[in-house]
Amino acid sequence: MRAIQIIAGRELAGYFASPVAYVFLVIFLLLTGFFTFTAGAFFERGEASLAAFFGWHPWLYLVLVPAVGMRLWSEERRAGTIELLLTLPVTAWQAILGKFLASWLFLALALVLTFPVVLTVNVLGEPDNGAIFAGYLGSLMLAGAYLAVTCMTSAMTRNQVVAFILSVVICLFLILAGFNPVTDLLVRWASPAVVDTVAAFSVITHFDGFQRGVLDSRNVLFFLSVIGFALFATGVILRGHRAG
Amino acid sequence: MIRIENLVKDFGRMRAVDGVSFNVERGEVVGFLGPNGSGKSTTMRMITGFYPPSAGRVTVGGHDVVESPLEAKRLIGYLPENAASYPDMTVESFLRFAAEMRGLAGEARNKAVARVIGICFLSSVVRQTIDTLSKGYKHRTCLAQALIHDPDVLVLDEPTDGLDPNQKHEVRNLIRELGRSKAVVFSTHILEEVDAACSRAIIIDRGRIVAQGTPAELRAMSDLAGAVTLQAAGATEEKLAALGRVEKCNGSFRVYPKDRSGSAALTRAVVELAAREGWTLEALRTEEGQLDEVFRRITQPDTVRP
Repeated sequence: MRAIQIIAGRELAGYFASPVAYVFLVIFLLLTGFFTFTAGAFFERGEASLAAFFGWHPWLYLVLVPAVGMRLWSEERRAGTIELLLTLPVTAWQAILGKFLASWLFLALALVLTFPVVLTVNVLGEPDNGAIFAGYLGSLMLAGAYLAVTCMTSAMTRNQVVAFILSVVICLFLILAGFNPVTDLLVRWASPAVVDTVAAFSVITHFDGFQRGVLDSRNVLFFLSVIGFALFATGVILRGHRAG
Repeated sequence: MIRIENLVKDFGRMRAVDGVSFNVERGEVVGFLGPNGSGKSTTMRMITGFYPPSAGRVTVGGHDVVESPLEAKRLIGYLPENAASYPDMTVESFLRFAAEMRGLAGEARNKAVARVIGICFLSSVVRQTIDTLSKGYKHRTCLAQALIHDPDVLVLDEPTDGLDPNQKHEVRNLIRELGRSKAVVFSTHILEEVDAACSRAIIIDRGRIVAQGTPAELRAMSDLAGAVTLQAAGATEEKLAALGRVEKCNGSFRVYPKDRSGSAALTRAVVELAAREGWTLEALRTEEGQLDEVFRRITQPDTVRP
């Protein structure tokens, strides 16, 4: 536990030691603002909810979360510091979890900084704050799932750009798996059971539940299993590099 | 402290380390020599638990590196090749991180950091980020990290690589000093370091140990060992040839012994011959043998490999 904390602390400090953290936070807040108020037509909707805010998160995270996570392991491998890290008295799991949690915490901080939008909607009307809380939780879960996928792709390569692109593609699949154009394509050659299975992997359907203010354990479980699976895969990939 | 039995490492179809066995006890400094790509770093990575061995066993302080890695890793201080360290951290925060990862906290951590900053002469750069440091400082920062918990076992992969001659000298002295109370393995391809710091050297080539022994023993394997070099007015090749094979090199003669055992006898014979013939001796030296010659003879350069 202590080792995870120390690794996470170092990683988090690393974000703020470079411009990465500030650039990311500013861009994230600008984009959420733009999508919510301009593209999401927050005021024109005339309803006291944050649907316009949360609705964009799967797409916004598609680009921003891989940007946060792409360096996690690829940079360690490129700089050779992975050798230092994994010869310290820690298990690979502690290192993987520590790094993941640091980035997740950073994304949580970015989410917390969107609080003015909650204030705005509370000043203007009487929203269901429980639903807003559920929305934030769902958004954090979604970010965690994308981040875990990025951890995995980051472990695959020394090149951050490759890790970024792979991660965007996989996350895009996680979004599109439940989209009609994609399911229509699948129906042509796969059985309905397969199509349903693929659709069940879509983050959109699971994220929608949170947005409506429903805390369904199945949705929580879905995101936690994506995170668990991707981090497990990270461990397997890292061990694979060393086993030769 | 370190026991290595029949260590093997395969990468795909390539065998990088092929049946290496040796032990290192406390109080020993073992130099690990070999051409580039001979398996030095791979062996060290297996000792430190970074690479799992394909076959064979490594135990450190009685702990099997594969079965109880945490216990083994606690005993080891490791300087990886190229001294990799986190470039965006300051020297101080990097060393604090290393100390905390080794379970040191609070006052004990601060003391440990201050101690290695002293040992590795880092006091002038503690607040600089590592990517702004010169290669020598980077190297010493990483070395400091390896020493932070005062480990019983030190594994140093090319500890003097990239240092200037003064720094090299300092690091060698440090290694020799540390070797009195610890088990130290360090790899190098600088042969003079073997003399300067090692109590024993192991030469590895293409994944196999090809020679090992004290520096003196290794030097004795040289063709040159026991030869007598003589510079004297009046000396001639013909007269010397009676004693052994003679080679002429810029103004002096080098006589090789007929058999390896009789080097003292050969020196005496040369001196007696010079006295008898009335040569005026200007220089006379019994050769100890040269490590680089031994090294070249028993390892194959990678330029001729298939």
